[in-house]
Amino acid sequence: MEDKKFVYMDHAATTFTKKEVLDEMLPYFTEEFGNPSSVYSFSRATKKAVETAREKVAKAIGAKDDEIFFTGGGSEADNWAIKGVAFANRKKGNHIITTKIEHHAVLHTCEFLEKNGFEVTYLPVDEYGMVSVDDVKNAITDKTILISVMFANNEVGTIEPIKEIGKIAHEKGIYFHTDAVQAVGNVPIDVNDMNIDLLSLAGHKFYGPKGVGALYIRKGVKIDNLVHGGGQERGRRAGTENIPGIVGLGKAIEMATSDIEGHSQKLRTMRDKMIKGIQENIPYAKLNGHREKRLPGNINFSFSFIEGESMLLLLDQKGICASTGSACSSGSLEPSHVLMAMGLPHELAHGSIRLTLGDLTKEEDIDYVLDALKEVVSKLRGMSPLYDDFIKNGGK
Amino acid sequence: MLNYSEKVMDHFKSPRNVGEIKDADGVGEVGNPQCGDIMKIYLKVDNNIITDVKFKTFGCAAAIASSSMATELIKGKNIDEAWELTNKAVAEALDGLPPIKMHCSVLAEEAIHKAINDYRVKHGLEEIKEK
Repeated sequence: MEDKKFVYMDHAATTFTKKEVLDEMLPYFTEEFGNPSSVYSFSRATKKAVETAREKVAKAIGAKDDEIFFTGGGSEADNWAIKGVAFANRKKGNHIITTKIEHHAVLHTCEFLEKNGFEVTYLPVDEYGMVSVDDVKNAITDKTILISVMFANNEVGTIEPIKEIGKIAHEKGIYFHTDAVQAVGNVPIDVNDMNIDLLSLAGHKFYGPKGVGALYIRKGVKIDNLVHGGGQERGRRAGTENIPGIVGLGKAIEMATSDIEGHSQKLRTMRDKMIKGIQENIPYAKLNGHREKRLPGNINFSFSFIEGESMLLLLDQKGICASTGSACSSGSLEPSHVLMAMGLPHELAHGSIRLTLGDLTKEEDIDYVLDALKEVVSKLRGMSPLYDDFIKNGGK
Repeated sequence: MLNYSEKVMDHFKSPRNVGEIKDADGVGEVGNPQCGDIMKIYLKVDNNIITDVKFKTFGCAAAIASSSMATELIKGKNIDEAWELTNKAVAEALDGLPPIKMHCSVLAEEAIHKAINDYRVKHGLEEIKEK
């Protein structure tokens, strides 16, 4: 019998938009539709709404209002930060330092820059997905103009030593960008305390709308524009503002950062229960990512002898939404670049499952998913020749 | 998520012929864990007829469904007919596979060929060369 249950455990992919957020957005579709660039007084309300949202974003990360620029999402913010700094500082140098585990919005942007005369160092990570501060230090040359390291990894949840990396960057006079798309609302952020010059964020990861994000640019950072056109965002990002989206982003970040400790403690408790439950109930399961320095809602396991897409589809039959680092679900031939960078063998990378908890997660979901996982893993192992061989070899 | 046909999902959720045959007359294993697919097919042959067939597969839904369908299609056939089963026929019987999953049906064809040749060698027959 197919279950009608719906258990959403993919909050790192996206979140729903909170009712309070939507309620604030709605008037800006219908009543307050004025273009903020217009002169007449009718547009004053939208102008004001954008500035209020900007204040909220600035406050959430310890920035000044005029250091926040709205974008069409996290990927645009990453593209802008990296290309913008690269092209504007070309005369100073052509070297960029990043890591092997970045989101594709950073990796593919860096690859584009490599085709355009820049040199990029992709730093390795350890088996827990952690970047070494010494590696960052050692990679710096007199041509380095930008260091870009993600705040927390989207797949395995590892939280990187951002403050320490930022400190090194600043000692050497190099700009430091962090993709904080997964971190906002889950980890307290202060751009000054953490020595961050540029920071990307996206509304739909913290219960705001999709298609809107922001880039924090520290005052004085030399950066070219990415989107050229009209004079919106003080001449830095063209295009009529996505007013409802920006309003929603502002409300969402205000809510998400009002009680980070309470929110993350709740998630951590359920996360740790799930991790323990898997470790105690399912043999040959390996936790991916760092045990402590980990996003509060992230669970990532590799199950030996079976493949991720099969697991996802069987979990889906039970109403459970999860994701995998297996190649089979991504349409590419290679499994997750993050798991490979952490040194996982191919078969374990293919057998990975990510469950990310959030506001939709209830205590009882943990037990339900644990039971479902046990059943799915055992069913697939029952038809796996790899498991057969393993058992025949006496479990070696 | 990929768009699988209902037939693929049916054979994935309730695969036919899962298991192994202890005293199999022919066994064929193809694929490797690097690619994320391994398929192993066991044949029981009596008087040139495939009287029983079982499989074990490590892989995605398409790989499991292809194994299930392929074993269904060769059950009861003689080994020469079974050799003629193409990956296309397996995919068609599943109402199609997404383009990036066609290699799963190829694996099924290859696993059957390997199992048949294993049987042939064990019975003093010449191996059939792949075209």
